[in-house]
Amino acid sequence: MPRIANVDQLKKMRDEARMKRAKLVSEKVIVNVSLATCGIASGGEKVMAAMQAEVKKQGLGNVVFLTTGCMTYCHSEPTVQVCLPGKKPVVFGKLDEVSARRLVENYIVKGEPVGTVIPVNYVRVTL
Amino acid sequence: MEVIKQLRIATRNCGFIDPENIEDYFAERGYEALANALVSGSPAQVIEEMKRSGLRGRGGGGFPTGLKWQYAAGNTADQKYVVCNADEGDPGAFMDRAVLEGDPHSVVEAMAICGYAIGATRGVVYIRAEYPLAIKRLQKAIDDARGYGLLGTDILGTGFVFDIELKYGAGAFVCGEETALIRSMEGNRGEPYTKPPFPANSGYWHKPTVVNNVETFANIPAILIKGAEWFASIGTEKSKGTKVFALAGKIRNVGLIEVPMGTTLKEVIFEIGCGCPGNKKFKAVQTGGPSGGALTNSDLDVPIDYDNLIAKGSMMGSGGMIVMDEDTCMVDFAKFFLEFTMDETCGKCTPCRIGSRRLHEMLERITLGKGCEDDIDKLKMLANTIKDTALCGLGQTMPNPVLSTIDSFMDEYRAHVIDHKCPAGVCSKLLEIRILPEKCVGCTLCARICPVNCISGKIRETHVIDREVCIKCGACIDKCKFGAIVKV
Repeated sequence: MPRIANVDQLKKMRDEARMKRAKLVSEKVIVNVSLATCGIASGGEKVMAAMQAEVKKQGLGNVVFLTTGCMTYCHSEPTVQVCLPGKKPVVFGKLDEVSARRLVENYIVKGEPVGTVIPVNYVRVTL
Repeated sequence: MEVIKQLRIATRNCGFIDPENIEDYFAERGYEALANALVSGSPAQVIEEMKRSGLRGRGGGGFPTGLKWQYAAGNTADQKYVVCNADEGDPGAFMDRAVLEGDPHSVVEAMAICGYAIGATRGVVYIRAEYPLAIKRLQKAIDDARGYGLLGTDILGTGFVFDIELKYGAGAFVCGEETALIRSMEGNRGEPYTKPPFPANSGYWHKPTVVNNVETFANIPAILIKGAEWFASIGTEKSKGTKVFALAGKIRNVGLIEVPMGTTLKEVIFEIGCGCPGNKKFKAVQTGGPSGGALTNSDLDVPIDYDNLIAKGSMMGSGGMIVMDEDTCMVDFAKFFLEFTMDETCGKCTPCRIGSRRLHEMLERITLGKGCEDDIDKLKMLANTIKDTALCGLGQTMPNPVLSTIDSFMDEYRAHVIDHKCPAGVCSKLLEIRILPEKCVGCTLCARICPVNCISGKIRETHVIDREVCIKCGACIDKCKFGAIVKV
């Protein structure tokens, strides 16, 4: 791990991290799986495994799975956020292994939203 | 289109970044607030900025954070400490866990900023052992930050020294109280002591100590980057910024929400939470966990902030919000919280140790139908005595659920002690389940599903319930297709 020696290096790290992420978002399908204690308890890991298996089965090479903490939607867990290149991220909830596979088939492959879509009901402060 | 009510500051990164990847936090301008403070702001300037922001403690007390830091900074000592209170113990509250599991670096960064502001080199997170994943992610965040030189010695080449260790709480609710927490961290029994001395003067190992809650810390990097004026422009006159609430109980959209101070209960419960499930009527909401009070329909337009909730006999607390619908018995509800505090009292002071037990006994008696009219006055008197005489916050606030429910639901208490009836149909000793002869068609379904076989009757004839045997589980009511079985 490189030691960050001064403020300029920290800002460089920030810019690099932002560029890396922008590149990823523009090229790949990003699947964020909500895996806090609550998400794991409601089956988030199984949903992720099912989606990964389906991605593999369909031979999709451009899907990246990432994990995050709590997405705050206890009422609809497990939840995943899918971000198709050039599109706004969409959060899907109440998933199980079956609907997770369907999500890959319909949304990631064909771009058709399926199942429970959770509307964005907040403003996120970004720094 | 739906108006957006939520504003996410403390939870700005929860669900958006990988909590185990420090680079994700860098992309969100992570550690820049610390860097700016170290390079271009004196400790006094940081404290001034915190004071101007108007941030108040999110653990429930609502003490101005900047002022707390100023007190600690004003003391000279060979060692000072920054403590993060992550001993989240309120039933139904999970705000801090979400922050620690979703964005641990923001807490790590804010603790270092606090260390710089008050002149401390050591930080301790007191976290409950029941949060293993939060512990794992927080530990990884601390290790990564140390690896990058953002904790440890000579941070960012400025010579500033700060490091953080974890201490685990063993599950005692009282240890969320700051003086008990300090005792517990020192390896003693988790018992509170009288203030003064305040921790800012003499806390952990009798050194000046700042104890702040997880959510308070999570706000700080955002405040320092976006400025105190920006933060102070959000919220009400005396309560700035946002508050995270854990919305639970009889509510459709159970979940974590973050709203600006001054949002009304109505907006939270009916617009964000979408009301009670099953078209049931909203009855009350408990804010502040076992230390708070029940707020009712008449309080729905109250803008939520520290002072308004106290004026209504409740309190902000750490952010648990438990919603009750028409099927909740308020006496039973008060009893539930008293049972919790009775178990969790540390036993050091008499009002809390014995008072909680006596309060619980009286409530128990009332729910069993053995209460009398005098009990209500006795409850009130004892509750007020405990409030005035208990040693710490736990004891002083423990009678709140009793007092607030008596205040708002006197009818329900009177129904229990005078008519020996439970209007909500919860207290089973005060209930009777009856079959209405005019509606019963004698289908035998109830007799077949009754778990204690207390329903008898021939086919196509009115059935009867043996009152002596009936356990009032209500299974027959749910199953009857003719609405012929009722609670009375």
